[in-house]
Amino acid sequence: MQAMPKWADAVLIPLFSILLAFFFSGLTILAIGKDPVVAIQTMVQGAFGSTNGLGYTLYYTTNFIFTGLAIAVAYHARLFNIGGEGQVMLGGLGVALVCLAIDWPHWALALPAAMVGGAVFGAAWAFIPAYLQAKRGSHIVITTMMFNFIASALVGYVLLNFLKVPGSMSTESAGFPVGAHLPTFHDMLAPLGIEFNKNSPANISFLIALLAAFAFWVLIWKTRLGFEIRSFGASDTAAKYAGINPVRITIIAMMISGALCGLMAINNVMGEAERLIDNAPEGAGFIGIAVALMGRNHPVGIVLAALLFGFLYQGGAELSFWEAIPRELVVVIQGLVIMFTGALDNMVRAPLEKLFVLMRKKEA
Amino acid sequence: MVSTTHQGRQTSAAPVASEPLAIELRGISKAFGPVQANKDISISVRKGSIHGIIGENGAGKSTLMSILYGFYKADSGTVLIDGQEVQITDSQAAIAAGIGMVFQHFKLVENFSVLENVVLGAEEGGLLKPSLSKARKLLKQLSDEYELSVDPDALIENLSVGHQQRVEILKALYRQADILILDEPTGVLTPAEADHLFRILDGLKEQGKTIILITHKLREIMDVTDSVSVMRRGEMTATVKTADTSPEELAELMVGRKVLLEVDKTPAKPGAHILEVENLTVVDDHGVTRVKGIDLNVRAGEILGIAGVAGNGQTELLEVLGGYQNGTGTIRLNGTELDLTGSKSDGQSRRARGIAHVPEDRHDEGLILEFAAWENIIFGYHHDPEYQKNSWIMDNAKIKKIAHEKMERFDTRPLNELLEAKSFSGGNQQKIVLAREIERNPDLLLIGQPTRGVDIGAIEFIHQQIVALRDQGKAILLVSVELDEVLSLSDRIAVMFDGKIMGERLPSETDERELGMLMAGINNGADGASEDA
Repeated sequence: MQAMPKWADAVLIPLFSILLAFFFSGLTILAIGKDPVVAIQTMVQGAFGSTNGLGYTLYYTTNFIFTGLAIAVAYHARLFNIGGEGQVMLGGLGVALVCLAIDWPHWALALPAAMVGGAVFGAAWAFIPAYLQAKRGSHIVITTMMFNFIASALVGYVLLNFLKVPGSMSTESAGFPVGAHLPTFHDMLAPLGIEFNKNSPANISFLIALLAAFAFWVLIWKTRLGFEIRSFGASDTAAKYAGINPVRITIIAMMISGALCGLMAINNVMGEAERLIDNAPEGAGFIGIAVALMGRNHPVGIVLAALLFGFLYQGGAELSFWEAIPRELVVVIQGLVIMFTGALDNMVRAPLEKLFVLMRKKEA
Repeated sequence: MVSTTHQGRQTSAAPVASEPLAIELRGISKAFGPVQANKDISISVRKGSIHGIIGENGAGKSTLMSILYGFYKADSGTVLIDGQEVQITDSQAAIAAGIGMVFQHFKLVENFSVLENVVLGAEEGGLLKPSLSKARKLLKQLSDEYELSVDPDALIENLSVGHQQRVEILKALYRQADILILDEPTGVLTPAEADHLFRILDGLKEQGKTIILITHKLREIMDVTDSVSVMRRGEMTATVKTADTSPEELAELMVGRKVLLEVDKTPAKPGAHILEVENLTVVDDHGVTRVKGIDLNVRAGEILGIAGVAGNGQTELLEVLGGYQNGTGTIRLNGTELDLTGSKSDGQSRRARGIAHVPEDRHDEGLILEFAAWENIIFGYHHDPEYQKNSWIMDNAKIKKIAHEKMERFDTRPLNELLEAKSFSGGNQQKIVLAREIERNPDLLLIGQPTRGVDIGAIEFIHQQIVALRDQGKAILLVSVELDEVLSLSDRIAVMFDGKIMGERLPSETDERELGMLMAGINNGADGASEDA
């Protein structure tokens, strides 16, 4: 018998956690002598108040959907992929190599090819720690984390020595050909008569991310592979009994995870920067962990959590810009949200469960 | 004889009427969320007596004892020790009140010596030496008084399970416990070790100690207790003098209806050899040889029971047959050899060959507790074409329907395939596993501990299913640490000790005493199977 109905677990707990996080964020803002009400207004206005702001919010959201799904796939097999950041970097390299390979005639051709490039590079980067875990027992948390540093150095090396435009001072590749530029929300919505800010980075990758979320749902809950991934994650001893190959599942789950991270590069590298720059992921691989945690490893939850973090990123940027609230404090607010939604889950859960039991007793 | 009703009933059990009460519980209630684990429980135990508490899994025995030992706080009710009301807020308070507990799973530090374990947590002063020498003196005295001899300098990891249990008892006595609670103490012991334990308990009783024995084994209650309380679904259904009751009556009180303790079966009609095992050796992941070159065979239409104390190689034998442990030697099924290593040696290929397996550990292997019942009912068979919509997608709607039908045929309650496996009782969980494995119509059924943690009511049903499968001409390999179960179900019995088969017996030509000797590795040489033990 469960103490709480499922909907309460999925809706009430995150809601209370966010409220608590905002309450403490408010206190911190008060502590530096600013008005929390003005701050939240600035954030909401900045994130949703204009199509420009909304475009940025959705752009960040897209990143976080990809990495959130990636972390969640691995987590369903009880593998903690801390290496999202590195896998996104490698995905960016894959996307850049594809985009720069030929003078693409049209984005509709370039996009699928770039997706394959990003996914393959991301998956390949995840394969190595997965193999080490499955065959040698090297702990995946340690190896994936270390692989972030290797990825960063590797991509920097390739950028500097092979992709950098000769004579240029900045560590970035040449711009992608026009045929590899993705349609932005402005381009997509104009034919429908909806005016969307031309400069905002939200692009068609957002729709790909939503498709990926749907594909995630099918994979995890409808396919045999998903059944095996979940079985292995829930009980490796039972999986062994059933004849589910742990090596195979570990490697496959991690490669799907890496591929999803790699796919993120179509948004930030192909869609936004339109060239490969150094440290392109900007921490999205780590935010994905919080997104997956808060989204309960379910695609709907992940999309919503990604939206929240997209809001925090964009709203936070506005906050430091307009309200002279230091950037560090915005990071504090993001940290509070991660802490309350992720790490302090039980603090909210225990009293809520008690409440439900109490209510049920009264009914009885 | 006491007349029984199904309602709760309290007769004052006073084995030694003149002795004062050592423990009295009055109106103890405890709820975990919506589950009422203990409901208005009252017990009184006289000083210097052995009191049994019997009940099925989940009846609330362990909760009650945890309250007495300070692990849980009762919602209501009072505890009196020697007539004084006491507040037992934690285990320290329980120890101070003179209560000692011997847990089912020992709480010992494996790489510490006996002496160190006894002193652990009760050291006096900053230096260990004085406490250790004091403990050594006391240990010597205790082992002389009772049959509690243990080498004080031996490391726990080198001791047998029976000896480890003695260390737990010594720990309690060192802390000057007057009341000793033992939770399912014989689960891991051979019959001889169990007898030894009971002699120790008798000795302690003579010295005026009070003992509470929690068990689900009726025979132990009948053998050693003075009085017994029966629990069912969180309630105390009866307290009686042991001398005034019978196993049948206690079983009925536990379950709430008449129970068939014997298995109803006709003599076996064994057919062709289904399973042949020759010179099978298993080395586990730690490099320990668990199975040492055994031979055995099972024929169609017979149940081969493997008796033995847990940890003598039965688990590994089942694992090799089930395909998830490597072995060397030869195993033939229907005359064809099975792979014992490599990629063709896994659960999937064993199932494809017609071997079904009900594993010993239902929680960690047989089921995924967080999965719904319908997902568990295809677990291991999820590649079966019957369950697929196309090459990728499973036909979940159809699976749910099939699961519902299977659960209905196996009388699983509640009959709801959408519930998570963990919300079923032990017996119903086992029915889910059995429904999955038996309904595949296997040639060979491997079944380990079929009724561990299963309520008596469900035991009957499970035994009937096993016998019915046998009568369809299937071969069944049964592994159980419950000697009664092996004796009543099997058509042939093989006893395992230290990775070897100590001997084979027919149930009609043997008894618990002889099997108990074999389980302890003592073979009188009657059959010369393995004299080197």
